[in-house]
Amino acid sequence: MFRAYLKTAFVALLLTASVTAQAQEDDHSNDHDNHGAVAQDGGRINTSEEITSYIEHHLKDSHDFHLFSYTNDAGERVHIGFPLPVIVWTSEGLKTFMSSAFHHDDDGNVIVEKGGVDLVKYHTKIYELEAGATAIEFDEEHHPVNASRVLDFSITKSVFGLLLIGLLLVYLFGRLARQYKTRSIPKGSGRVLEPLVLYVRDEIARPNIGVEKSKKYMPYLLTVFFLIWIANLLGLTPLGFNITGQIAVTVCLALFTFFIVQFSGNKDYWKHIFWMPDVPVLMKIVLIPIELLGIFTKPFSLLIRLFANITAGHFVVMSLIALMITLKAQFGAVGSTSISLFLALFISVIEILVAFLQAFIFTMLSALFIGMAVAEHDHHEHTGTGEEDVDEVRERFV
Amino acid sequence: MNLLEDFSPGLFVMQAIILLILILLLGKFAWKPILSALNDREEGIENALAAAANAKLEMEKLEASNEAAAQEARAQRDAMLKEAREIKEKMIADAAGQAQEKADKIIANAQEAIEAEKKAALADIKSQVAALSVDIAEKVTRKELSEKDAQLALIDKMLAEANI
Repeated sequence: MFRAYLKTAFVALLLTASVTAQAQEDDHSNDHDNHGAVAQDGGRINTSEEITSYIEHHLKDSHDFHLFSYTNDAGERVHIGFPLPVIVWTSEGLKTFMSSAFHHDDDGNVIVEKGGVDLVKYHTKIYELEAGATAIEFDEEHHPVNASRVLDFSITKSVFGLLLIGLLLVYLFGRLARQYKTRSIPKGSGRVLEPLVLYVRDEIARPNIGVEKSKKYMPYLLTVFFLIWIANLLGLTPLGFNITGQIAVTVCLALFTFFIVQFSGNKDYWKHIFWMPDVPVLMKIVLIPIELLGIFTKPFSLLIRLFANITAGHFVVMSLIALMITLKAQFGAVGSTSISLFLALFISVIEILVAFLQAFIFTMLSALFIGMAVAEHDHHEHTGTGEEDVDEVRERFV
Repeated sequence: MNLLEDFSPGLFVMQAIILLILILLLGKFAWKPILSALNDREEGIENALAAAANAKLEMEKLEASNEAAAQEARAQRDAMLKEAREIKEKMIADAAGQAQEKADKIIANAQEAIEAEKKAALADIKSQVAALSVDIAEKVTRKELSEKDAQLALIDKMLAEANI
């Protein structure tokens, strides 16, 4: 049932995409030649520099939903995908328009004029040109000198993906929740989802936080687990999402954990940070900065781990696909393609595991940190064993 | 890649809003009912298991008490049978004793009666014999013996001597 739903959604998406692509193409025909360097030779990506920049471009967020591009017989570049709304806060206030206004330009060539501000898009970031400037200029390090970044609340590809996942989660789990009203054992997709919910509850939340205390944190842990997992999995599809590979997304997730941990920290938690019991006074003073640093390194490790794993995964998969091009000279078209296919397939299978693993680790460590903050220490000797357990668990995952 | 440069504050804000809404929305409409339903179901299973264990225990108890009742009944039956046998034997014994007694009595009576009859019969025979002897003797000696009285006395005397 879930698969059928996905299939329908995908087909619908493709249909919309092709229709919009058609519209965009028409839009383009009466447009000037403003494509970037890539478009000059028909959008071919042959050199390793081009591959690297292509991969880097993919790893970044984008303002339109772009599936693929090709050059048609008439020599025009056709982009398959659909534009997404751009919402920016400029010096003149909030401006909204569709990303198609940039005509797939990412090099700052297309200037969009909206209510007195000139906006350009350069390397997936939107800049506002300073008054009087007619084109964006860069210094030696490719930083724009006559333009400033605007606050970009656009529905970018990642935001679009997040909304999609949110709707999917609400639909799937809302349906599961409704099922329980009439039956105690779910059917259909609920049969798959229920064990997952139970898994998060019994393997992640309860062992780390405790049966009673975990109840309060279940909504956060479950939401984060499924959000990250589905985001990771979507990143492996040809749709090309890279949601959990956006540093802003992982920072946000880690900050949520950080604040939940700090706000649920009990007396013992703070005491262990500022006045560690059962150690000499001198050690107590030494431990304060270490423990204080620990408060921040924990969520920092969360955000870096998730970001790095997903980014590296995408990078490796795309690099292996690119082997098709880079090894062509040595192995020929068939040889390089088969090598690339085999390796990419192999890594993709591992990435499917990593998608789950990273969601699990993020949720697990969040639960662990929350558990450490709410743990009750009956007597002081007990703390030693608690720390050991924590170290053990940490060692397993770090 | 410069991470700090890549960091998009807008995306961060959007993600925070979406995540917050998702947590609240899912928490209210999905996680809470799902978890409470799971909890209810687990409690239900636990209760059912406890009830089953209880029932089993009760069953065992019942069986034990049944067994005890059966045992008691068997013992009672045995006791009753034994009693009945005893009564029967006693009755038989009593009856036999009474019968013996009666029989003895009847025999004793009969013997007495026989004795009395015998005596009567003998006396009768004696008197008849005496009368017959006298008659015979009278007939034989009518002519020669006139002294009847002397002869009768003689006979009596002789009879007495020959006491049967």
